[in-house]
Amino acid sequence: MSGARFAVSGTGDSPMAPSGTRTGVRAAAWRFVLQRASAAVLGLCVFVHLASIVYAVRSGLSAEAIVSRMHANPAWPAFYAIFVVAVAIHAPLGLRAIVDEWLGLRGFVVDAVLALFALVLLGGGLYAIRALAG
Amino acid sequence: MHQNDFRARGHAAWWAFLVHRISGLLLALFLPVHFFVLSQALSRPAQLNDFLAWTRAPGVKAAETLLVLALAAHLAGGVRLLLVEFVGWRAEWQKTALALAGAAALAYALLFALNG
Repeated sequence: MSGARFAVSGTGDSPMAPSGTRTGVRAAAWRFVLQRASAAVLGLCVFVHLASIVYAVRSGLSAEAIVSRMHANPAWPAFYAIFVVAVAIHAPLGLRAIVDEWLGLRGFVVDAVLALFALVLLGGGLYAIRALAG
Repeated sequence: MHQNDFRARGHAAWWAFLVHRISGLLLALFLPVHFFVLSQALSRPAQLNDFLAWTRAPGVKAAETLLVLALAAHLAGGVRLLLVEFVGWRAEWQKTALALAGAAALAYALLFALNG
C-alpha cells in the first residue's frame, strides 16, 4: 500500500486498518478529534452528573422529584442536551475501537450499525429530556 | 498477532486500559435502557416510581453501584488519558496518576453505596 499509514489507538484505527489513503487518514483524524473533544465535554458533564446523583438520591428519587428538578432551572435541560450530544459521539467511536481491536470487525456495515447506535442515543436521550423537562 | 505480551499485561497501565474499555462498554450498553426508563417520567410516572422502588432492592443497588463505579472509573481514567495525550507524559507520574484515578473512582462508588 502506498502512502503513509495513520494509526491512532483507541479510535478503531489499528495498524492493520486500510487507513493509508488520503480519505482514510482524514476520517481517522476526525474520529480522533471528535473522540477527544467529546471526552473533554463529557469530563465536565459526568463530574456534574455524579455530584447531582448524590444530591438526588439524598433529596428523594421519584418521577415527580426528577421532573421538578428539571423544571427548576432551564439550564438543566440545556446541560443534559449537551451531555447527550457528546455521549452520542463518544460511545459509538469507543465501540468502534472495541469491535475493531477485539473482534476484528470493521468496514461499512460496522460503521452503519454504529451510526444507527449514535442516532438511537441522540434520539433516546433528547426524547428523555423532553419527557422530563417538557 | 497480538501486540501485548505478558510483560505488557503485568503493567498497571494495561489494567487501566482494560478497566477503561470494559467500563465504557458497560456504560454504552446501559445508556439506551437509562434513556428509556427516564422517558417514562411524564407519560407513566407510576411505572417509573415502581422501577425506582425496585432499584432499592439490595441486589439491584449492588448492580447500580457497579455501574456508578464504572462511570467514575471511566471519568477518572479518561481524565488521565487526556492529560497524558495533551499535557504530557512523564514516566514518574504514571503510577501516581493511575493510583489517584483508581482511588477517586472507588471513593465515589463508596459514597454512592453509603449515601441515602
